[in-house]
Amino acid sequence: MSMLTVTSAPHIRSKDSVSRIMLDVVLALLPAGIFSVYLYGTRALLTIILGVASAVLTEALIQKLTKKPVTIYDLSAVVTGLLLAYNLPPSAPWWLPVIGSAIAIALVKHVFGGLGNNFMNPALAARAILLAAWPVQMTSWIIPNTESISSATADAVSSATPLAILKGAEGVLPSLKDAIIGNIGGTIGEVSAVALLLGAAYLLYRKVITWHIPAAYITTTFVLVTLLGGRGLETGIYHIFAGGLILGAFYMATDYSSSPITVKGKLIMGIGCGILTAVIRLYGGYPEGVSYSILLMNVAAPLIDKYTMPRVFGEVKQHA
Amino acid sequence: MAKGLFTFSGGVHPPHRKHYTEDIKVEPCRVPDIVVIPMQQHIGAPCEPLVKPGDTVKVGQKIGEPKGFVSAPVHSSVSGVVKSIEMYNSPGGGKVLSVIIQNDGSDTRVEPDIPLNIDLLSPAQLKKIVLEAGIVGMGGAAFPTHVKLSPPADKKIDTVILNGAECEPYLTSDYRLMVESPEQIISGLKIIMKILGVSSGIIGIEDNKPKALQSVKAAAAGEQNIKVVSLRTKYPQGAEKQLIYALTKRMVPSGGLPMDIGVVVNNVGTAAAIHKAVDLGEPLYQRIVTVSGSAVKEPKNLLVRIGTTFRDVIDFCGGLVEEPAKVISGGPMMGIAQHTLDVPVVKGTSGILVLTKKEAELPEPSACIRCGRCVEVCPINLMPLQLSNAALKGILEEAEALHAMDCIECGSCSFICPAKRPLVHSIKMVKKEITARRKRSASS
Repeated sequence: MSMLTVTSAPHIRSKDSVSRIMLDVVLALLPAGIFSVYLYGTRALLTIILGVASAVLTEALIQKLTKKPVTIYDLSAVVTGLLLAYNLPPSAPWWLPVIGSAIAIALVKHVFGGLGNNFMNPALAARAILLAAWPVQMTSWIIPNTESISSATADAVSSATPLAILKGAEGVLPSLKDAIIGNIGGTIGEVSAVALLLGAAYLLYRKVITWHIPAAYITTTFVLVTLLGGRGLETGIYHIFAGGLILGAFYMATDYSSSPITVKGKLIMGIGCGILTAVIRLYGGYPEGVSYSILLMNVAAPLIDKYTMPRVFGEVKQHA
Repeated sequence: MAKGLFTFSGGVHPPHRKHYTEDIKVEPCRVPDIVVIPMQQHIGAPCEPLVKPGDTVKVGQKIGEPKGFVSAPVHSSVSGVVKSIEMYNSPGGGKVLSVIIQNDGSDTRVEPDIPLNIDLLSPAQLKKIVLEAGIVGMGGAAFPTHVKLSPPADKKIDTVILNGAECEPYLTSDYRLMVESPEQIISGLKIIMKILGVSSGIIGIEDNKPKALQSVKAAAAGEQNIKVVSLRTKYPQGAEKQLIYALTKRMVPSGGLPMDIGVVVNNVGTAAAIHKAVDLGEPLYQRIVTVSGSAVKEPKNLLVRIGTTFRDVIDFCGGLVEEPAKVISGGPMMGIAQHTLDVPVVKGTSGILVLTKKEAELPEPSACIRCGRCVEVCPINLMPLQLSNAALKGILEEAEALHAMDCIECGSCSFICPAKRPLVHSIKMVKKEITARRKRSASS
């Protein structure tokens, strides 16, 4: 008889895998991408492709250079590339997604130890760097329907996003229906709330994410903006559907390695993001606030985990 | 509680894979020519052999004398001549002093000493019978039963629970016992209740075993003090703390024992063994073993004499259909992988699994993505990923602060991990190190 394998228990494992989880995220993000390509044309498609390609190539290159196993097939770089591209305006020049994804993978992910070790969401941190470096390119929006949708359109007409208009920028506030479906200006990924929610439902169904962070996040933002925004319920609803809140709450704030693990911690993460977003949007200099809110809460995540450790089964309550 | 059924929080749903053997009646395994009977088949002190090479022994004769209170005597499972006493492979790992007996085939038994009127026996007399019969926990842990039945005077026991969950995949030995001989279980339970002076007995059975539920319920009909309860099918439903919580909503305190909250838990198989010891005068020298896995030709539930080697048991099942890649003593979630088939069945052997290469294949581990699934499924509410990190770095203080010692080693974390990380493995290792360090500091 040949050698028997001796390993420690358990001897069977679930079918879950890292690549399957990442594939689920990619699938969930597809509807929003397809909608954006339909809305903005091949230019959006090119941005997405370049973002993903740059992320994957950067990861492969770094792993080759550092003589580590190349793990691009786990699809985590694809997710980062997609999210980075989704955070760019459809009018972005071709080099923006390329540089952005390279920064996300090299600087935010691998410098800190690779998959699972980044303390910030790579795509968001890269977006913040791009925004600081190239503010004009990062905030030139296209309003659908007023623009001939074609990649040949070299210079996009800059316009304000609904949230900027709410904040006082010039422009006509689109109808709420247009804001929900996605017939508005915004980044590639955030425009269609419907498409994003479709993907989010899939992620919840597949148990890739739990409801805690997104629900706490969106509810907190909605309540604060409604109470303090000045125009009541209308402001609250616009703030949910018109900006990056849904993309951020379901797809970015839920990033495994940069968000808390405990249930309580997830709720704190969501509420914290919600408060910061409302404050930035209402009182800060930017019309958006989702990215910075999530990044700030990312940094707090290890601390939140530490203080929200669940009580162990049978642990006796500590009386102070 | 989901579905209105009794359960606990956390847990996983491994594939059941009980179809191989669940409908196969228990049959006696062929008694081999040679048995290997280890002097330690239980948690606690090993036994000292009472025989020497050349001695003649009978079936049921005591051949190992326990040394210490936490220990249990060992009996011969065949009649014949002691060939040798030597160190032999043990299914728990390593080698254990074992009495090797050549079977003479006559199956001569020690005359059972059955008391005339069992109902007149005192709790102390009954407990003596349990001790002398060498009964240990038959769910796999093999903790000496008489110790469990001797709570200190300050621990008031009010409930006896029988564990019929059998939540490990593949295993069906408890299931067949519950379906075929429920009256043995009820009889054993009543003896345990009498020993402990308890008026409440609960038998918990997972709801994926409707036939067992029906059968045990029928046998318990008319018993005012015995409840048969359907548990939600989930792993590790049969873990002691989780079972107690599911049935009584009482939590065993961290670092404590069931008796701290007035509960004693025994396996249904242990109850049946107690019945046989008291009512039939039969010590524990055989047990039901599930032999399963796709590498076995005819998976079976067998009544096996203690000391029969895995090789002889598998031969009785028609041998192997394919080169085995892994042999497990127990279930696939907590069982122990064997390096050879030349190991004996012991009192705690609930199953022998022989897995093919395909069944045994384990994926390569990759980096932790911090998805938190291990935290979600841990029935003890631990943070396995952080514990494992501390363990792998060898930081004992941190592992202790993260409650390493509370881990029940059920393996749910490793099972669910999408990155296939050795979570429970590393926690088991660090627990050993912590225990060793505690011993060192206690002795210095």
